[in-house]
Amino acid sequence: MLLIQNITKTFFPGTVNERVALNDVSLQLNTGDFVTVIGSNGAGKSTLLNMISGRLPIDSGDLSIDGSSVKRMPDYARAAYVGRVFQDPMAGTAPDLSIEQNLALALRRGQRRGLAWGVTHKRRAFFREELLSLELGLENRLKARVGLLSGGQRQALSLLMASFTQPRILLLDEHTAALDPQRAELVTTLTESIVEKHHLTTLMVTHNMEQALRLGNRLIMMHEGQIILDVDAERKATMTVPDLLAEFAKIKGASLDDRALLG
Amino acid sequence: MNAALELGLLYGIMALGVYLTFRILNFPDLTVDGSFTTGAAVAASLIINGVPAPLATLAGAASGAVAGLVTGVLYTKGRIDGLLAGILTMIALWSINLRIMGKSNLPLLREDTLMTPLRDAGLLGGAWSILIFGIAALVIKFAIDWFLSTDLGLSIQATGNNEQMIRSLGVNTHRTTILTLAISNGLVALCGALIAQYQGFADVSMGIGLILVGLASVIVGQAVFGRRTIFLASLAVIGGAVIYRLVIFFALGAGLNPNDMKLISALLVVAALLLPRWGFLKRVPSLRQMRSAAAGSANYSKAN
Repeated sequence: MLLIQNITKTFFPGTVNERVALNDVSLQLNTGDFVTVIGSNGAGKSTLLNMISGRLPIDSGDLSIDGSSVKRMPDYARAAYVGRVFQDPMAGTAPDLSIEQNLALALRRGQRRGLAWGVTHKRRAFFREELLSLELGLENRLKARVGLLSGGQRQALSLLMASFTQPRILLLDEHTAALDPQRAELVTTLTESIVEKHHLTTLMVTHNMEQALRLGNRLIMMHEGQIILDVDAERKATMTVPDLLAEFAKIKGASLDDRALLG
Repeated sequence: MNAALELGLLYGIMALGVYLTFRILNFPDLTVDGSFTTGAAVAASLIINGVPAPLATLAGAASGAVAGLVTGVLYTKGRIDGLLAGILTMIALWSINLRIMGKSNLPLLREDTLMTPLRDAGLLGGAWSILIFGIAALVIKFAIDWFLSTDLGLSIQATGNNEQMIRSLGVNTHRTTILTLAISNGLVALCGALIAQYQGFADVSMGIGLILVGLASVIVGQAVFGRRTIFLASLAVIGGAVIYRLVIFFALGAGLNPNDMKLISALLVVAALLLPRWGFLKRVPSLRQMRSAAAGSANYSKAN
């Protein structure tokens, strides 16, 4: 499905600010995998997602989806395979366009966009049905500007837009981090049900260790540009947050500042 | 007064072009000053060389689209700042326009132009010509409304609204940017071609300062008539172009001379940009607030 081989990424190479964000990272995701990614700030989690989505070029290594390399594919072309929800609730939607227009844009993911009407009766009925599953009442506000929605509503909509065309891979970049606890819980629950419904292969970065343990069938921990821990479904089911922290401390051989990880 | 209305409606086409870049794409495109003249120059030279006026007018529009394309390529592929990319094309067009025309002024007085039938029938300067120009402007307005609501048009709107988001949905924003600049400058050049035929000559300096006229039309029009939907926003742009011409008309009537008009344009744009920010004017109900109050839209102030 998704195969990452020996990816390396260095920011500002050759300057005093040189920083290795990813150091020889390899990772394989099987179809239907739901992998949660944790790690302290600067561990390379977001960079990994940016590599997969094509937002930043890869220095070395290879990246392939369904067996073909997408390393040289620009971000907009890779979007045909990769759906993404950003941390910033404002980032995933166009605020001046209506809910139905945003959904129409997402519906054409990876396809040619021609001179057919963006919002048709048929599409509108489909959007209404999809929005119904969010249980936020947005199905009655199809013509409302997205800029009028709350952060949680916008993030739920972003999630729907990233996933309802069933991309090969869904990337979630701390998509609940900017929301208040209640909204975050709502979006987390939605994430669970949407991934389940479409059997999406998902990579979710989170700062919340409890969430990382609760969701998905696999967990990886990153530190200083490397994957230092890979937990399978069986072991993950019995793991607790203290277990994770202990594991981290053991691997690094150093005591750990909890707050750096718990965010 | 009638002439001011006619001119306003014709310049409305140019203002619609500026609306596409300035509001939809969120791109301040200065190519306009050059591409307007290019449209006029190409149409005038072709008409003088015996090409039928409708064809010459279309060729003028197409040449403007090419100018927009150049600005778009400089901005996207060349990663040159948007303002500078526009200025570069505009300055280069000055020389190109002179090459096309061969001299700085091309009279069209005895040529067969699109305006000849109107003039022969004695319709210019009357209600009929205002109606005809109004219909022409509205046809283009509705074409833009339709275009912006297609899959492609929505992706253009999103390019100006949230580029990162629309790229993550699979749109090559370089292409949408270039396409919009081409369409916008095509409309501006079409307007240039029509104005040259209306006034009976093309002049190499006819486009100078035109971007301000376009911006004034867009900003003033949308301040007066609102911009809540595309339908309303594009209509407001044509309204703004007419208001602008009427302001010029009354300014001239008040004894100012034509050379003062650039100053008037600049002041009008500054006023339209600054006045809505001043507190005491916020309390004066404008047309659009009264309408939205009537519509009972409580969310309106939040929306803007």
